[in-house]
Amino acid sequence: MSIPAELKYAKSHEWVKLEADGTVTIGITQHAQELLGDMVFVELPQVGRNLAQREECAVVESVKAASDVYAPVSGEVIEVNSELESAPEKINQEPYAAWLFKLKLSDPAELDGLLDANGYQQALESEAH
Amino acid sequence: MLIFEHARKGRLNYSQAPAKRAVKRNIPENLLRKSAPLLPEVSEMDTVRYYTRLSQKNFSIDTEFYPLGSCTMKYNPRACNALAMLPQFLARHPLAPEDTGQGFLACMYELQEILKDVTGMEAVSLTSMAGAQGELIGVTMIRAYHEARGDAERTEIIVPDAAHGTNPATAVMCGYKVVEIPTDKEGDVDMAALKAAVGPKTAGLMLTNPSTLGVFEKKVSEMSRIVHEAGGLLYYDGANLNAVLGKVKPGDMGFDVIHMNLHKTFSTPHGGGGPGAAPVGVAKRLLPYLPVPIVAYENGVYRWLTEKDRPQTIGRLSAHMGNAGVLLRAYIYVRLLGSEGMHRISEFATLNANYLMAELRKAGFEIAYPTRRASHEFIVTMKEIKERTGVTAMNLAKRLLDKGFHAPTTYFPILVPECLLIEPAETESKETIDSFVVAMEEILAEIETQPDMVKSAPHQMPLRKLDDVKAARELDIVWKP
Repeated sequence: MSIPAELKYAKSHEWVKLEADGTVTIGITQHAQELLGDMVFVELPQVGRNLAQREECAVVESVKAASDVYAPVSGEVIEVNSELESAPEKINQEPYAAWLFKLKLSDPAELDGLLDANGYQQALESEAH
Repeated sequence: MLIFEHARKGRLNYSQAPAKRAVKRNIPENLLRKSAPLLPEVSEMDTVRYYTRLSQKNFSIDTEFYPLGSCTMKYNPRACNALAMLPQFLARHPLAPEDTGQGFLACMYELQEILKDVTGMEAVSLTSMAGAQGELIGVTMIRAYHEARGDAERTEIIVPDAAHGTNPATAVMCGYKVVEIPTDKEGDVDMAALKAAVGPKTAGLMLTNPSTLGVFEKKVSEMSRIVHEAGGLLYYDGANLNAVLGKVKPGDMGFDVIHMNLHKTFSTPHGGGGPGAAPVGVAKRLLPYLPVPIVAYENGVYRWLTEKDRPQTIGRLSAHMGNAGVLLRAYIYVRLLGSEGMHRISEFATLNANYLMAELRKAGFEIAYPTRRASHEFIVTMKEIKERTGVTAMNLAKRLLDKGFHAPTTYFPILVPECLLIEPAETESKETIDSFVVAMEEILAEIETQPDMVKSAPHQMPLRKLDDVKAARELDIVWKP
C-alpha cells in the first residue's frame, strides 16, 4: 500500500500536508477509505471554527459505517472542500488528493508529534491482529 | 412495485373501508379536509395478493435458519403468542383500575421476580421498550446516583472498543465523556488500559459479557473490583445474556445495573423494527432511581408503584407498562421453561455455537479468536480469502441467501477485518447446523473455482445484487403520482 513520503499522519488515519504558506491541508488515508468502503456522505467543519488537537471535527459515512474524523493538529478552519458534499466518492478514488479541510496552525510544534510515512506504516502493522 | 402502482380509480377494499356513519362524527366543518387523502384505490383481492407476495419474499426465522450474530434470532414459540392474545389481555385498558387487572399485574410482578432471580439483581423495572432505551435508563440512573451523593466530579464513562456502538452513544446522550479502552489479542479487555483509565472522574464502566467478540471476559471480577474501588459503577449490557442465562448472574459478577433484551434472550418476536422490550435490573444502591411504574405485591394485592412511592425515580420512559404485549410473551416463555429449562438455553446456545465453530474450522474457515472457546457466537474472518481472491465477507453473505440461509452479521465487530459474526441460537437442530456447514463448504469451493459468480451473488433471489452505494447517495423514497 502506498503511503506518500511527503505527508505526516495521525494514528487515527488522517494525513496532513504542510503547505508553503504555513497552513495545513487534511484528509483521510488510503487505509481509512479502504476500511470504510464506498463513501456516501461527508460532513465538514464550519469555516472559522477553532479546533483542538484530536477534536472530532468531520464525519465520513460509507455504506458500512459512519466514522468521525479528528483534527490531527489544532488550528482554525480556513477552507473546506465542499466539492466532496456532492461527490464523496472522490475520497475513495484519490484519498490523498480529496482533502477535507485546511487549517491555520495554532501550534506548529504539534506537527513534530505526528507520524512520518514509516511510522504510520508501522502503526498499521501493529493494528492488524 | 408499490401498492399505489396497482391502484385504479374507484376500486375499493371493502373489508378496510370505514363505515359510512364514522366518516364525519363531530368534527367541526373548518377542520375537515377539502380534498381526498392520497390513498391507493386497490381492490380487496389485489391487496391480499400484494401483501401475501411481499411476505413470501421475506427471509424470516419462520422460514429459514437465521444465524445473525449479536441478535439471538431464536424461535418464538407459538404458545407464547397464543396465550398473550387471550381476549382478557387484549381487551384490558391500560387505565383500568388495579382491582380489575390483578391477573395482568400478577404476570408483570412474577416476570419482575423471575428476571431479578436469573440476573442476581435487587429489583427490576419492565417499562423500557428497546435495548437502547434500557441503556439510557441505566446510565441515567448511574448519573442520578452520583448526583444524589453530591459527587459532581465524575464525568467519564469507560467503554471497551469491542462494545456495541449504542454504549458510547448512550454515555454521550447522558452527558458523559467516553473513554475508550482497547482489547488485547485474546479478545479480553486490556487490564493495564483499564487501570490507567479509572480514577476520580470515572462514573462507570459499560461492559458486554460475553463480549461482542464472542468470548467471556475472564477477568470480570477483577475489573469489577478496580472500577468499584475507584468509586465507579458497573453497567452490564445484556446483549449476550443468552450465553450465560441460568449459569452466571451479572449480579454475582459485580454489576450494579443491567438491561436485558427480551426480544433476544426471552424469545419475543424480533426484527422488522420491533416492538422490543429491555427491562432494567439494579443492585441495592440504584433501587430508588428505577423508572416507574413497577408492580408491587402487598397483603395479597398487586398495585402500581408510582412517583409517590419512589420520589427519587428517574421518571417514566414509556406510556403505562411499556410494550405490555411483549412483556406477556416473555413471561409465558419463562414460565414454560421453568428454572431447569433456563439452564438448557445457555447450554444448547453455547453447544451449538462451539459445534458450528469446530465444523467451519474443519471446512477451512479462519476463526478470529482460535484459542478461545466460543460463547453463544463466534467470528470467522475472511481477511486472507479477500486478499487472495478478492471475495469479501459481504459476497459470501449474499451467496448464502441463494443457498436458503439468512446471512450472519457482517462487518461487526469492526475490530475484526472482513468478519462474519455467527450465532446459531439454541433452537436449531444438529441437522440444520450441518446443512449450513455444507452450504459454507460449497461457497468456499466456489470462491476458488468461480470467484466472479460469488462476487455477483445473489442469483436466485427475487432481486439481484442491489447497488447500495447508489441507493445511499441518491436516496429516493417518496412516491408521487
